[in-house]
Amino acid sequence: MAPITVAHYLAVGAVMFVAGVLCMVTKRNALGVLMGVELVLNGANINFVAFGSKLLRAESLGLDGQFIALFVIVLAAGEAAVALAIALNFYNNHTTIDVDRADDLKG
Amino acid sequence: MMTLAGMDWHAIYFWLFALLTCGFALAVLFSANVVRMAFYLVLCLGASAGLFFLTGAEFVAAMQLMIYVGGTLVLLVFGVMLTAHSRFVSLRTPSGEWILALIAGSALLALLLSAALKVPDWVKANPDRAAISAADVEATTPIGMGFAGVRVDKLSQTDPQLLGGMSGYLLPFLIVSIHLLVVLIGAAYMARAKRRAAAVDEGAV
Repeated sequence: MAPITVAHYLAVGAVMFVAGVLCMVTKRNALGVLMGVELVLNGANINFVAFGSKLLRAESLGLDGQFIALFVIVLAAGEAAVALAIALNFYNNHTTIDVDRADDLKG
Repeated sequence: MMTLAGMDWHAIYFWLFALLTCGFALAVLFSANVVRMAFYLVLCLGASAGLFFLTGAEFVAAMQLMIYVGGTLVLLVFGVMLTAHSRFVSLRTPSGEWILALIAGSALLALLLSAALKVPDWVKANPDRAAISAADVEATTPIGMGFAGVRVDKLSQTDPQLLGGMSGYLLPFLIVSIHLLVVLIGAAYMARAKRRAAAVDEGAV
């Protein structure tokens, strides 16, 4: 079995990122869009942690990769809270969660 | 003879968690039911915490399980429950949009994968991997010290120019703490029930 390298982790991160981007563009449920954002952030986190790993590379990013990953996790928590509040407000005002119906600003 | 100890357990666990992560990420994408999407997302993020453990980032993996899977996703599931009107549980996307999105998505994936595989330094395995033990990558104390402003993992750095960029993360840590507090208060303020306004609207209609 070939040894695991940074590129393997980057491939997993790329699949997660693309799945998240497609989730954001195709889902009509606002919460589905939010889940896409979470997938994208987590795909980026896998890259940061893989680049910071001393096991995978001799000259790695070091602990900075893990610091950035922790900041991303915390900011993702805050982002999820605000986005959820917006989605609930939208649901209260329009009695729908379908983002295609959010066209109040359309000229 | 292949003994259990002689097997490459890092590779085996990597493939296991990588398949789970990618599979559940794609399941989130292709599932139409929002309740199932939330469940697949929990499993996907849990499996990616396994990948974090494999890279030696135990603290990040534990935080991933506690904050992401334990906190953020519970919030998302609450959102799903609050808006789970039967009309909105599975909203179908038109197949034309699916085709366009899949073409653009596979092009993006091909670009990212070719970029990841083209850098020679990234496809090369670490030559002294066998010499590194689990104790060498133990990082919880250095992470705590780094958040307090002291980088104990970079003490051997002597170049004063490089040393300037290796200061601790005390200021970002404080900023992110205040940010989280403000965001959570703002979210609670925004998401509160506005019964009076709704009642007035209905009265007017």
